[in-house]
This record gives sequence, C-alpha cells and structure tokens, in this order.
Amino acid sequence: MTEPAVADPPAGERVPAIEAVDVSRTYQLDGVSVEALRGVSLTVQSGDYVALVGPSGSGKSTLMHLLGGLDRPTGGRLVIGGRDVNALAPPEMATLRNETIGFVFQAFHLLPRTSAVENVALPLVYRGVSARQRRERAAAMLGRVGLGHRLDHRPNQMSGGEQQRVAIARALVTEPTVLLADEPTGNLDSVTGAAVLELLEQLNAESGVALVMVTHDQEVAARAHRRITMRDGVVVADSADPRSAHDRPPSVDHGRPATLVPAPSAEPRSASGSGPGHPSGGSGGAAGATGRLPREVERPEAHSRDAAGGDAVAREGAAGARQADRPGGTA
Amino acid sequence: MALDALRANRLRSALTMLGVIIGVASVVLLVAIGTGTKQKVEQQVEGLGSNLLLVVPGRIEVGNAPVVSPLTLKDVDAVTRVVGDPDRVAVTVASGATARAGARSDFTTVQGVLETTPAVFTRSLARGRYLTGTDVDTSRRVAVLGDSVARALFPDRDPLGQQVALAGVRFRVIGVFAPLGQSLGVDRDDEVHVPVTAAQRLWGTQRVDGIAVKAPDRERIDELGERIVAELNRRHPDTEFSAVTQQQILGVLGDILGVLTGVLAAIAGISLLVGGVGVSNIMLVSVRERTREIGLRKAVGARPRDIGVQFLLEAVLLTTIGGLTGMALGVGTALLVDALSPIPAAITWWSLALAFGVSAVVGIVFGVVPAQRAGRLDPVVALRTE
Repeated sequence: MTEPAVADPPAGERVPAIEAVDVSRTYQLDGVSVEALRGVSLTVQSGDYVALVGPSGSGKSTLMHLLGGLDRPTGGRLVIGGRDVNALAPPEMATLRNETIGFVFQAFHLLPRTSAVENVALPLVYRGVSARQRRERAAAMLGRVGLGHRLDHRPNQMSGGEQQRVAIARALVTEPTVLLADEPTGNLDSVTGAAVLELLEQLNAESGVALVMVTHDQEVAARAHRRITMRDGVVVADSADPRSAHDRPPSVDHGRPATLVPAPSAEPRSASGSGPGHPSGGSGGAAGATGRLPREVERPEAHSRDAAGGDAVAREGAAGARQADRPGGTA
Repeated sequence: MALDALRANRLRSALTMLGVIIGVASVVLLVAIGTGTKQKVEQQVEGLGSNLLLVVPGRIEVGNAPVVSPLTLKDVDAVTRVVGDPDRVAVTVASGATARAGARSDFTTVQGVLETTPAVFTRSLARGRYLTGTDVDTSRRVAVLGDSVARALFPDRDPLGQQVALAGVRFRVIGVFAPLGQSLGVDRDDEVHVPVTAAQRLWGTQRVDGIAVKAPDRERIDELGERIVAELNRRHPDTEFSAVTQQQILGVLGDILGVLTGVLAAIAGISLLVGGVGVSNIMLVSVRERTREIGLRKAVGARPRDIGVQFLLEAVLLTTIGGLTGMALGVGTALLVDALSPIPAAITWWSLALAFGVSAVVGIVFGVVPAQRAGRLDPVVALRTE
C-alpha cells in the first residue's frame, strides 16, 4: 500500500511531530452547532517550545485536546506522529497517545492512593511493559525530576509542586515526542510554579521533546520560544508564522540576550531540580515587566527557531499534498 | 489494581458484596437442606430392608385417598402360597390406641403383626424377645414396645414382664425394640407390636391393612409383585391392588424432594439476582465517581477495552469474593443446622461449584453495562469532570 517514493522525505527535512492543516472543530450542543475551532493550521517540530495563549473560550483547550489526540477534528487534517487521526479508530488513537504524547494537567490528575512510582508507571501498563521494568523506568524518571527519594509516597503525602513533578515524570516516561502541558503552573504558587516551569524547560532542552503549553500567565508565555495566540477559534498570532503574525514581523530582533530575562524567572533555571522550597526573589516586578512588554522578552535563539518553524510552515502546502496522497494517511 | 479499587471503598464494597453473600449462602444452605433431606429419606427407605415389596389395596399415588382394606388373613395365606416361603411375608393391621401402665399413659400406634416382621423389615430388639408363631396362633396378649413407648410408660423400671393396657385390654411386655430415631418428623420408636390375631380381636375386625414381602432377589421382584397382585385381584375382583418396591417409593419421594429443592434454590437465586443488581448499581456509581481517573487513563494510552476490562474485573472480583464468602457462610450454616437441629443438611460439591460459577457470571452480566459505559467515555469530557 505504501509508496516509498512519496513516503520518503527529502534529505534534511524533518517530519513534524504534529501537523494541523485548516483544522476545525464543531460541537453539537442541543442541536446548535458551536464552532470552537475555525480553521487552524500549525506545525509543531520536535524540540519546539510553544506557548498557547488566549482568553477563555478562544479554543486553545480544544486545540490542545486535538493536538494530544484526545479528540478529532470535524474538518481539516491533523497528523500526529505521521499518522492522520481521522483514519484512526479509538483504540489506535489510544496507542498513538501512549506512544507520542505526554500530558501534564493543571490539576495534576494523579491517581489517589497510588504511589508516585506507580503513577509514573501507569502509561507503561498500557504498553505491556513488565512490572519490574515499569518500576525501574518510573523510578529513573522520578530521579530525573528530582523525586528519587519520594518513590513510594502517595499524592496526598506530597506538595503541589512534587505532585506536578510526578505528573511530568508520568508524561515523559514513555519518551513521547510532544509534551502537552495545560496550565501546568496554574495550581501552584509562584515559586513552586517557576521551579516546575524550569523543569519543563530543562527536559525540553535535554531530551528534545516538543513542549506545548497552554497558559494564562504572560510571564510564563514570554519564556516560550514561540507563542501562538488564539481568539474566537482562530490563531490570531503565531510568532513562528509570518502569515498570521501581522502585528509583529518575525524578523524583528529586539536583541535582548537571555541573561536579561528578569531575575526571578532566570534564577530557578540555574538551580533546576531543586525542591519547591527553593528560595527565590520577589516575582512581582518580573511579572510587571513581562506583562507590559511580553514580546520584548524573547531571546535571540527563539527567533532562530522561529525562522526554522516558519520554513516548516512555508513547506506546509507541499507536505500536505504529499500526506494526502499517502494511502496510510487517508485510509 | 482492581483489588485496590475495592479496598479504597471498603464499606461500600462490603455492603455490595453482602447482597451476593446472602444470595450465595442461601443457595448453598437451601440446596444442602434439600439434598440432606433426600439422602436421609433414601437411607431410611433402604433401611427398611432390602428387596421389599409392599402390597396394599388401592393405587399408590400422591394425593390418593386411602382405601379400606378388604384383605384378611386368608388372603395372606394365599400370598404366602404365591411366594412359597412363609418367613418372607409380613402383615400389619394398625390403629392408634392409648397404652397405659399404672398412672402413666401414652398415645401410640398399635400394630398387629406376624412373627416374621423382624426378618422382613430389618428390626432388632434391645431387650427380651419378639413375638413367636405360637403367640400369633393363640392370639396371646403379649407386646413388644418401641423405645419411646417403653421410656414413656416405664421411665424408671424394667418394662419386661410388666402389664400394659392397650385400649383397655391388658398385654404383657415381652420385648423392647432398639431405637430407630426419627424419619421425616415421625418418631419411628412410637409403636407397639402385638400378634395380628390379638389386634384383630382387640378391634373386632378380620382386616389386614397391608402385606409386605421380602423378595428372594432383586431381578424377579417386579414379576413376583405382578403375580401377587393377580392372585389378590382374583380373590377380590372389586378392588385394585398395588405392589410397590422401595425403588418406586424412592422415585416418588425423590421427585417430590427434588421439586422442593429446586423451588428453594430458585427463591435463593432471586436474592442472588438482587445482589447482582446491587453490583451493577455500585459499578455505575463507581464509573461516575472515577470519571477523571478514566479520562486520565485514556489520555496516557488506555484503550476503551483496557478500561472496560478494568471495571469488568472489579465487578467480577466483587461478586466472586462475595461468592466465596457466601459459600463459607452457607456451608457453616448448613453444618450448624445439621448438627443442632433435626433438619438434615448435606453439602454437595456441585452446589458449591454452581454457586461460585453463578456469582462469577453475575459479576460479568451485571458488570458489562458499567464497564462498557466506562470504556466509551470521551476522554476530553472525562478529564474536564470535577
């Protein structure tokens, strides 16, 4: 069924982790159609660090669910890990989520009365990994998020920050290509939240997992390498997409190095892996500064990534056509 | 995993199981009582003696009115000629009568019999001797007491040689039967044997109620019965006679007790069904309560089937633990009933296997709907649930 000629990408081209082309999602509520998403196109490459922002009801949660394979679009084409979700049955979607996506939620969503290591091992259960290997891999992952000493603690014996670290370990234990975080710091105080964010960024940098984060927090959003702003079910600004970023040309380089990012956000970065009790300076000033000038806190390397992302989007049309020809993608 | 979920809600799991426990326990107990009763009745019918043929006027059927017997001792002689061996033929003419000894009295059954009775039916004496041919031929007023009668009339004396008044006529006690115990709630030791001739004289009758024949072998028992019935029909053309074997009696009794056991088990089965509905109900509640957990499991890669199997396993675990507990409870109660009450109870392996199997099936049947509902939950909706 597969045609090798079209399945093989040209040398040097990266297969996107997630590719959405003109994706829409319409809900039927009591016979009334509600358009939550109205034609969204975007590409997430491995290693990306994307913040998804927008007011409540803008469709960013709907988009998150679609990108994570929890839901499927009613229009357009969505390819996750090279597979067109519209061609997948629910069990195949589940396997796809298990293999390619890691979720981190605002409310942690840990199983109560279940130890940290068992919580982290849960995705491996559905992958058929043996109990001993599950525990080994989960313990190793907990070590990476700085909870190697808390393996057998239960969620109610841990602080919020620790619980979110467990959730992050659970999301990454399957070595996914994309980590979707829905307000990961929303239920945490600012110090703990900053530490969790640090951890996410560190893991993003170390393992090359793409980090896509829904957030209300301008300070958090400002730290992402790429920002996608949504309103009324459409992307109104994508710092990686020149077509949508009408209010902000991607070529503008503010020339502010990473070290100029205000201290409270930068400080935990140097002490990543430390517990939530890590002392940190007042964050109020930083929030004010980034809140006023969110676009100016972008780092130079972010723009270089933006440029690469832009290229990817520019190739989108051609790639889309290829995908459509692929029998496996549409069958 | 499923066990953890049950442990998390101990009280609720226990209450849900209670329905199954009670259902299974009552099935096990009632089947045990039914089986025990059947076994005991069979034992007693067998215990009457082997290869027994009972000849009575009328047709032996459940619910048939008894017929006044036209048989006399002349008919007994005729039957004896057919059988060819007087030692194999026993008779009875029975009636209720008050037995009196001094100031004590006891209402009992007086049976007029031949001296052949202990040989035909398997009876043995505790003291003294049984009736002899001479006692019968001379209508001698001698009596052999059942164990209960002997103890009622002579609680502190040796009854041998004492006088007993039966319906006002004095008889001399020559023997006491070894105790037999109860059978179907009837005290088999509550009887007095006297010579059939003396009994007929006592009641002013020539009648014989029934004839019992001990056949020489099991193979020809039916043929012998037919010959006896034919002879009696020749002598009494107006009356129908029946010759029944122990096997036939057992068959009739077994049918009755089988139906009874079935009805009891069915009633107990209804309570098991109600227990199953309880399981279904609690599993639906559990699915709703754990919607977020289901959403999360789906998000990390659980397929609909994985979730369904998880909940189905919980339901089956709930009912099988309940089933095992119910079995233990049922067996324990049955043993207590058997030991402490006159009701016999016997545990059979098939009733245990059935109870366990049914409780597992109940778990599957009543767990399927909640499990399917859990498996089909939309992960997006499930995760959003608070």
